[in-house]
Amino acid sequence: MRYLPLTDNDRQAMLAKIGAKCVDDLFVDVPEVARLNGPIHGLPMHASEMAVERHMKKLAAKNMAAGDVPFFLGAGAYRHHVPASVDTIIQRGEFLTAYTPYQPEIAQGTLQMLFEFQTQVARLYGCAVANASLYDGSTACWEAVAMATRVTKRKRAVLSGALHPHYAQVVKTMAHFTGDEIADALPAITPDPELAGLIARIDEETACVVVQYPDILGRISDLTPVAEAAHAKGALLVVVNTEPVALGAIKSPGEMGADIVVGEGQSLGVGLQFGGPYLGLFAVRDPKHVRQMPGRLCGETTDAEGKRAFVLTLSTREQHIRREKATSNICTNSGLCALAFTVHMTLLGETGLRQLAAENHRLACLAADRLARVPGVEVLNNAFFNEFTLMLGGKPAREIIRDLADRGVLGGVSLGRLYPGVDALEHALLVAVTETTTEEDIERLAQELEASIKETV
Amino acid sequence: MNAPNKSGWKPEMTHAESGFLGGPVTTTGNRGLMLEEPLLFEIGRKDVTGVDLPDVDAKAPTRFGGLARNEAIGLVGLTEPETVRHYTRLSRQNYGIDLGFFPLGSCTMKHNPRLNEKMARLPGFADIHPLAPQSTVQGALEVVHQLGHWLCTLTGMPAVAMSPKAGAHGELCGILAIRAAHEARGDAREVVLVPESAHGTNPATAAFANYRVEDIPATPEGRVDVAALKARLGPDVAAVMITNPNTCGLFEKDFREIADAVHAIGGYVYCDGANFNAIVGKVRPGDLGVDAMHINLHKTFSTPHGGGGPGSGPVVLSEALAPYAPLPFIRQSADDDSFYLVEEENREESGPTFGRMTAFHGQMGMFTRALTYILSHGADGLKQVAEDAVLNANYILRSMDDILHAPFADSGPCMHEALFGDKDFGGGLTTLDVAKGLIDEGYHPMTVYFPLVVHGAMLVEPTETESKAGIDQFITAFRAVVERALAGDEALKQAPYYSPRRRLDETGAARKPKLAYEG
Repeated sequence: MRYLPLTDNDRQAMLAKIGAKCVDDLFVDVPEVARLNGPIHGLPMHASEMAVERHMKKLAAKNMAAGDVPFFLGAGAYRHHVPASVDTIIQRGEFLTAYTPYQPEIAQGTLQMLFEFQTQVARLYGCAVANASLYDGSTACWEAVAMATRVTKRKRAVLSGALHPHYAQVVKTMAHFTGDEIADALPAITPDPELAGLIARIDEETACVVVQYPDILGRISDLTPVAEAAHAKGALLVVVNTEPVALGAIKSPGEMGADIVVGEGQSLGVGLQFGGPYLGLFAVRDPKHVRQMPGRLCGETTDAEGKRAFVLTLSTREQHIRREKATSNICTNSGLCALAFTVHMTLLGETGLRQLAAENHRLACLAADRLARVPGVEVLNNAFFNEFTLMLGGKPAREIIRDLADRGVLGGVSLGRLYPGVDALEHALLVAVTETTTEEDIERLAQELEASIKETV
Repeated sequence: MNAPNKSGWKPEMTHAESGFLGGPVTTTGNRGLMLEEPLLFEIGRKDVTGVDLPDVDAKAPTRFGGLARNEAIGLVGLTEPETVRHYTRLSRQNYGIDLGFFPLGSCTMKHNPRLNEKMARLPGFADIHPLAPQSTVQGALEVVHQLGHWLCTLTGMPAVAMSPKAGAHGELCGILAIRAAHEARGDAREVVLVPESAHGTNPATAAFANYRVEDIPATPEGRVDVAALKARLGPDVAAVMITNPNTCGLFEKDFREIADAVHAIGGYVYCDGANFNAIVGKVRPGDLGVDAMHINLHKTFSTPHGGGGPGSGPVVLSEALAPYAPLPFIRQSADDDSFYLVEEENREESGPTFGRMTAFHGQMGMFTRALTYILSHGADGLKQVAEDAVLNANYILRSMDDILHAPFADSGPCMHEALFGDKDFGGGLTTLDVAKGLIDEGYHPMTVYFPLVVHGAMLVEPTETESKAGIDQFITAFRAVVERALAGDEALKQAPYYSPRRRLDETGAARKPKLAYEG
């Protein structure tokens, strides 16, 4: 077996040193009834690289890769071009095969990278401090709610109806067990987010109000009034962002008064990967909240020679020190995805990020205008970044999407899949456009959508 | 790179002051191939980029609703050659499995096969969207289904929840399923019992789910005190969380008896599967009475640790808990053998699920790697994995226990890790000093000060992917460092000498946290 260096001679010599006759002597503490004799039943025997590769490639070939067809899916996962050097860097064994940097003297590579990552995320979000990553945007969203309940010592969270429904589901699942109260809602299908209703739901018991920006329908609006209303009641504003590229063009949540900003970082460096691994981003605007943050934090210090060095710090918040009193149970996070994000962001820089955002928006505007000309189709949004909602004039979006796939176009996300049972959303289609979208792709979608609408009852 | 040297090093320093043992002091602070590297924010520039995109057309109409970001963001960029060099230079300050022996107990730092990486990058897996129409991602759903089937077979359990994102998230999944099962019976229980040797995530997870955590003591031989545990069992106990093999490196031989007792009072058994590598293919946890167990794909199934993730923590579940598994999960259609997701849209097909733990469907990129690994090893290879991992650990245990305190050496063979303590170290030297001494010898240290039940614990997990020659060399180095500790060698207190950095001021870092670049 190619991954096992011991030879039979080695094994015999080692058993002799141990004083055991055979390897099963080392398993004597396993009760007889639980011991298996011979290889486990029902599974194949070992296989060569070639054979395994053949098997996996067959499975991969059954999928329609986004790069092979006109592709318009978003809803919290966006397809961007990842520069070739990103993957080269993250495959360096010193990064790929390292552990969480518990021995900082020999982990400065990971630690300095995390310090750079934290700085990039904090600046992108308009915040003071970001942590070293969480699993993904949805779990980061729950961690933000949990943190807000610790900070305010209140137990009620108000969710915007236009928060990604998976994120809302995660929050509700967790809150059920912690005993927190979640006030959620369905999205109002209006050209602009319905903030007045959201503000009206904030009361003196509210720990935080959670708003997505741009929201699940792709809409954007100034959240300053929400921040003011929340603060007036002693609540925190949590802003969720699922498309970090947007913040290269539109105001940061921190600028609008968000107290905690969380999001999905997958857009930069990580890729689609069928939903994971992704990258949870988490930041706070006010440094006074640092000690209530979940997850790992990398800080600057010096070594015994006075040289600058980096180390995981404030770990008295964490499970391995605080056990049942920890701020979160998170241990392993998304280190390598954070590296991919940081390398991509370094390649972009301020200039490239702004260019990337502008190019996304230019193509999205083009697509919105073209698709609005398809008979029976209306663009819902007044404002958007690179994603918007199409109303299909009473046609079922789910069937249209399946039909488009049969025509070789991955045309978007049907909101009916995300909001089952909500009639009004059955006819809404979410379309995302990035720099990877070509004008030919847009034309193709417009034509196939027109044909599909005509043929779908 | 002519960047400002912020390391604190000054040209006028003597060799002793600079900490450099022998050889001339350099003007750059570099030491041959040991290269200093500034922060990105010290070398990057606002107007530099490493990508070629169209310039921003300031006159182009936008639909941002008046929310254009006009202020500087504060980011800096590098061109591609500078970026590659910056991160390559940083990488060289890291220790990884690819560089050498990494016996970090409880973490299973085994070789990460490169075929796994290659397969995960096939566009058919890497470039598909989680919400793509299911007819277009049948191969991906099949990967998840196949891996789940293997995990169930290897653990002897009937069901698996694939979506948890890492081990601690998997623990949470198991504990929430337990809580949901009790709630469904209208049985509000308050207590989860956790051995004092448990990983910190166990009590943190139980507390998160609103349980009161109570410690179970260990016996002098390093196992759960069964009598004490049984005495504590009662109608208020929801579950016990036990790591098996345990964090002392021993198999909990009374596990079945414990499980039966817990079931008798209506509780559930959570097994922390962090140490599954010791028994994969040899023992099925399902035969021991387990109700829920997470499997760290980044441990037993060789997906890379990546400097702290991403991980993946599927949870196998018993018949009793399976109905409460989180959404989504994958089913195969009886009509046409196609695969489909059970999610919010067709929730009626699920049992009384406790809900959703994450957006989308879990760590697909880790599933492809783990499945590739499992297919490579096969049923026979996986059994050999466990046997070699356990053999290597016992070899280290018996090669060290004449000079190093091994508190449970008389408790029988260890499993895949060998536990030592700091008894008899001289001159006030500690486990930390031994760990730092090993860094100078070119090794990543073992896990230190865990488990908490052994004073100055050193937990050594060699894994199965080391050669005998490599292990022998480690033993020679480990013995030498331990002998220095026993002799009270003062020089060890200053170790490491030869790493990119010397010991860090961790107290200072926490007292005045500096968590982002300023300037």
